[in-house]
Amino acid sequence: MSARDILDSIEPHFTKGGKLEKYYGLYEMVDTFIYTPADVTRGTTHVRDGNDLKRTMTFVVIGTLFCVLMAMYNTGYQANHAMEVMGLVQIDNWRSIIMSVFGYSASNPLSNMVHGALYFLPIYIITLAVGGVWEVLFATVRGHEVNEGFLVSSMLYTLIMPPDMPLWQVALGISFGIVIGKEVFGGTGKNFLNPALTGRAFLYFAYPASISGDSVWVAVDGFTAATPLALAANGGLDAVHAAGYSWVQSFLGFEPGCLGETSTLAILIGAAFLLYTRVASYRIIGGVFAGMVAMSLLFNVIGSDTDPMFSIPWYWHLTMGGFAFGMVYMATDPVSAAMTDTGRWVYGALVGIMTVLIRVVNPAFPEGIMLAILFSNMFAPTIDYFVIQANIRRRMKRHAKV
Amino acid sequence: MEAYISLFVKAVFIENLALSFFLGMCTFIAVSKKISTAMGLGVAVMVVQSITVPANNFVYHALLQEDALSWMGIKGVDLSFLALLSCIGMIAALVQILEMVLDKFFPALYFALGIFLPLITVNCAILGGSLFMIERDYNFGESVTYGVGSGLGWALAITVMAGVREKLKYSDIPAGLQGLGITFITAGLMSLGFMAFSGIQL
Repeated sequence: MSARDILDSIEPHFTKGGKLEKYYGLYEMVDTFIYTPADVTRGTTHVRDGNDLKRTMTFVVIGTLFCVLMAMYNTGYQANHAMEVMGLVQIDNWRSIIMSVFGYSASNPLSNMVHGALYFLPIYIITLAVGGVWEVLFATVRGHEVNEGFLVSSMLYTLIMPPDMPLWQVALGISFGIVIGKEVFGGTGKNFLNPALTGRAFLYFAYPASISGDSVWVAVDGFTAATPLALAANGGLDAVHAAGYSWVQSFLGFEPGCLGETSTLAILIGAAFLLYTRVASYRIIGGVFAGMVAMSLLFNVIGSDTDPMFSIPWYWHLTMGGFAFGMVYMATDPVSAAMTDTGRWVYGALVGIMTVLIRVVNPAFPEGIMLAILFSNMFAPTIDYFVIQANIRRRMKRHAKV
Repeated sequence: MEAYISLFVKAVFIENLALSFFLGMCTFIAVSKKISTAMGLGVAVMVVQSITVPANNFVYHALLQEDALSWMGIKGVDLSFLALLSCIGMIAALVQILEMVLDKFFPALYFALGIFLPLITVNCAILGGSLFMIERDYNFGESVTYGVGSGLGWALAITVMAGVREKLKYSDIPAGLQGLGITFITAGLMSLGFMAFSGIQL
């Protein structure tokens, strides 16, 4: 008996009138997760497409593949490297049980990979478990489906956590992101802010000590390593070079930072995949990039004697911090971004401009992309409104001529 | 000049009356269902704010401040405890006069603003603007800048709020949160976005 037969045989219990009617959401989740649903669009819809929510969301998860690999490798590499610098031969938590097999050498790729995975996986599992409980709870009570949007949110949320984040805070953050950021509005597609970023912003303001500063980016207790962005904020590019980070290194992602945000290369590979499959909008990515370049060139021209961030060139803004990750995976979230074509350019540009603005002008936050995207999410419906109004006016004019 | 630009940016974004100080919430929440209406109210607040803050500034400096009456030869009198009362009176009077002037000379604008003008008389964002002006001891030029800036910031906030609420029409909000509940959550999440500016020193 195949899994399909088992699912079909138990289906009557979950459909209307069955004993377990309440838990249809759960059944549906398992069913559509394993098999492609046979449902097609009903009614008089005139746009039919092979693409659906399931495929869109799954493609985003696939698109993060290289980021995940790089997140594990770099986290492990940074941790092993830090241990070599500090002269530690052993870590004193549960990870040492597994790591004693692989050793702690930063030049051993396998050891790096496993060490990183031991930080990545707990965060990811907690995110999936806690977020999943909320999703299923809301789906069951409110009678909507559990869909793949949650897989995307939880993956992206994991990739923007610092490696050493306390797990209870991870659980709290994803709870806030899923419940307040998404489910109170009715689930996937109904929210106006990116749920993963909402959760992270909540943690950022609630527990700044575990998500900002210099000691959280490398997963070894007591090791302090500023991210290139923090170095640049204090001492400009000279400080970044002095700490031994070259642009290529920053581009490849061998620098301290959040789990998945460090490697611009891995992110760009994901971007190519998402653009090729047309899941991500090239207009948004283009807009963010253009906005960032324009704003950083503007600051370069203005210049400043006191603030070294003014002179950071745009290609460093691209590779430092979470800019690339936010541009490719966060800003392009089709739900919270602008919906109109022109609106997407404007929305993207707003994200890019705000990011550089916060990085350069705001001394309170070294990184700007998270708040820039949340800020632009807020403006997206208004941007759409004005684009549509402009279209209406143009058509009226055209009509009046004839 | 640079000081005025800083003050303006500060009033619009960093110290946004609606989303950083949560002032004028009653109208902010009640009149933000449609973008077009919200923009009308926003413009009205901006106009009234840019008139009342400088006017209150003038009254405060000419009559109420300590030793302000010395131009009449009266020394050592400090009427600044009357600031709150005089601000309320000034706002109510100015809004009434503005309404009459608009009715007489700009009927189109008068009808466009409609109910919003009298509504603004009791808007705490307007009173808050004037009281901030007194507390921070702005001079006349600064008070004009602050009035226009804070009004624009409030207008921006309510327009964006209305945009989000228009989008939320298509969402599926739990019964208990519909209407006011979700609007409060929305306003809270929006101020999270506006945190982007907190900490900027100008």
